[in-house]
Amino acid sequence: MHSDRASLLLKSAAFAGLLFLHLPILLIFVYAFTTEDRTYQWPPPGLTLKWFAVTWNRPDVWEAMALSVRVASISTAIALVLGTLCAAAVSRAKFFGREAVSLLVILPIALPGIITGISLRSAFNIGGIPFSTLTIILGHATFCIVVVYNNAVARFRRISGSMLEASSDLGANGFQTFWHVVLPNIGTALLAGGMLAFALSFDEVIVTTFTAGQQATLPIWMLEELVRPRQRPVTNVVAMIVVLVTFLPILGAYYLTRGGTETAGGSK
Amino acid sequence: MATHRLTNPLSDMFWRRPRVLLALLLAPPLLWLGVVYIGSLAALLLQSFFSIDEFSGLINYEFTLKTYGELLRPANYDIVLRTTLMAAAVTVASAVIAFPIAFYAARYAKGRMKAFFYLAVMLPLWSSYLVKVYAWKLILAKEGILTWAVDGIGASAALNALLSLPVIGGNSLSVSYIGTFLVFLYVWLPYMILPLQASLERVPANLLEASDDLGASRGQTLRHVILPLAMPGMIAGSIFTFSLTLGDYIIPQIVGSSRNFIGQAVYAHQGTAGNIPLAAAFAVVPIVIMGVYLWMAKRKGAFDAL
Repeated sequence: MHSDRASLLLKSAAFAGLLFLHLPILLIFVYAFTTEDRTYQWPPPGLTLKWFAVTWNRPDVWEAMALSVRVASISTAIALVLGTLCAAAVSRAKFFGREAVSLLVILPIALPGIITGISLRSAFNIGGIPFSTLTIILGHATFCIVVVYNNAVARFRRISGSMLEASSDLGANGFQTFWHVVLPNIGTALLAGGMLAFALSFDEVIVTTFTAGQQATLPIWMLEELVRPRQRPVTNVVAMIVVLVTFLPILGAYYLTRGGTETAGGSK
Repeated sequence: MATHRLTNPLSDMFWRRPRVLLALLLAPPLLWLGVVYIGSLAALLLQSFFSIDEFSGLINYEFTLKTYGELLRPANYDIVLRTTLMAAAVTVASAVIAFPIAFYAARYAKGRMKAFFYLAVMLPLWSSYLVKVYAWKLILAKEGILTWAVDGIGASAALNALLSLPVIGGNSLSVSYIGTFLVFLYVWLPYMILPLQASLERVPANLLEASDDLGASRGQTLRHVILPLAMPGMIAGSIFTFSLTLGDYIIPQIVGSSRNFIGQAVYAHQGTAGNIPLAAAFAVVPIVIMGVYLWMAKRKGAFDAL
């Protein structure tokens, strides 16, 4: 009685599961327009656009947003360089300790964020490094490496060694080979990895609470609002904007790596 | 060619001695991870062997196991137990909910439907963690949508009965363990779906046909063929759900009762209480639990499904 059609039970369980994953996010979009500003009342008593204007005029939101963009850009740049180097080494050769290297790259994201956070904090304390934007970036770059690495290593494996040999036989030096042969091949994977690293850093809160001084990134700003709500409607609007902003790199990364054997962001 | 090679001594050397290139490639990332990350982990481990002077509140830099002993005090031991039980409950529940999604996506979804399922899991996975937690604060609030929906179908008596249960109940869902559990389940569910789906996709279709030809019912095929083959994926997913729940301190702080989880204990001890050694010892607990877990998972072959 094996059939190629799913049973109704399986189908409804699968789609119910997807609904469970998406309804809460959709709810955020409704709350951004509610006229209620004291409670989380449902259904909203009325709809308004006025909170968008209020949020637009809030300097603290803009400052947090600017810091988050700066941190995410620099961390992504560092992660792109280090992740690509690591992926090139691991995919090109078998060497002693290769497994250990891939474990080391994955570790900052495999261990709970609080461990990474408190480890970095105690190391900065011991080293006498004051908490600043720099320490936030140090932390973010550490766990962003794995995202770039995962994307790049999959693509490197698909570049055949004979292409590199052909390039040097034709007289290209190492940098020419990298620029004209390797980079065009791994370019989209790096772009996808970079986008995901950016999204990861832009959203990170747990490690950041340990490595930040007085600076507030956007997630830190949101956490403050969650713990001690001051202006709920502004939080609603910011939450909606964050959802929209993070969807773009994910969709972008998906289209860039589509059709590959390994998919981008297979492990966050 | 020969002349060319002579003008490029660097490329030439890389070609003849690939190890040099390898070392150059590996040095920057290993230096970064080795110094920044492993150095930090070592610093943490070191601190957990110090203790705090009860009278002065200063850290006593002498090797001692006293701080680990403190973990066994009932109040601290309860925190460890509570967190581990929550992690186990979240893991089991997410496996149950993830299975139909992963199974449908792996076996029945084709073409556009497959892409739809993939994105439908990826988007919630990658959307902002805090926004997701915030969404649940909205849902679980007393005046929120869940209470409204439960009222709407006339089931408020059932909800009140649930909330009046000892331990897991509370004043409202947003201050009860049930609420904490729901948020954990929601936030980590995609981490279970992806590896589970990957392992289900590798179950060969002819095995299912064979099981069918030999007269097995759908339920029998599921239990004796599909589930054992999907086990590595399920274990791989459970590594994520378990580890992430163990280390989280924001969700129980925002949705839940006032009783602490490991993450909150770490945060409180390193912050306001200033007891860094105890915070470090608490942080070592998830590392040890995950170490044991990973070791068992490796023996079951879970890493092939990652």
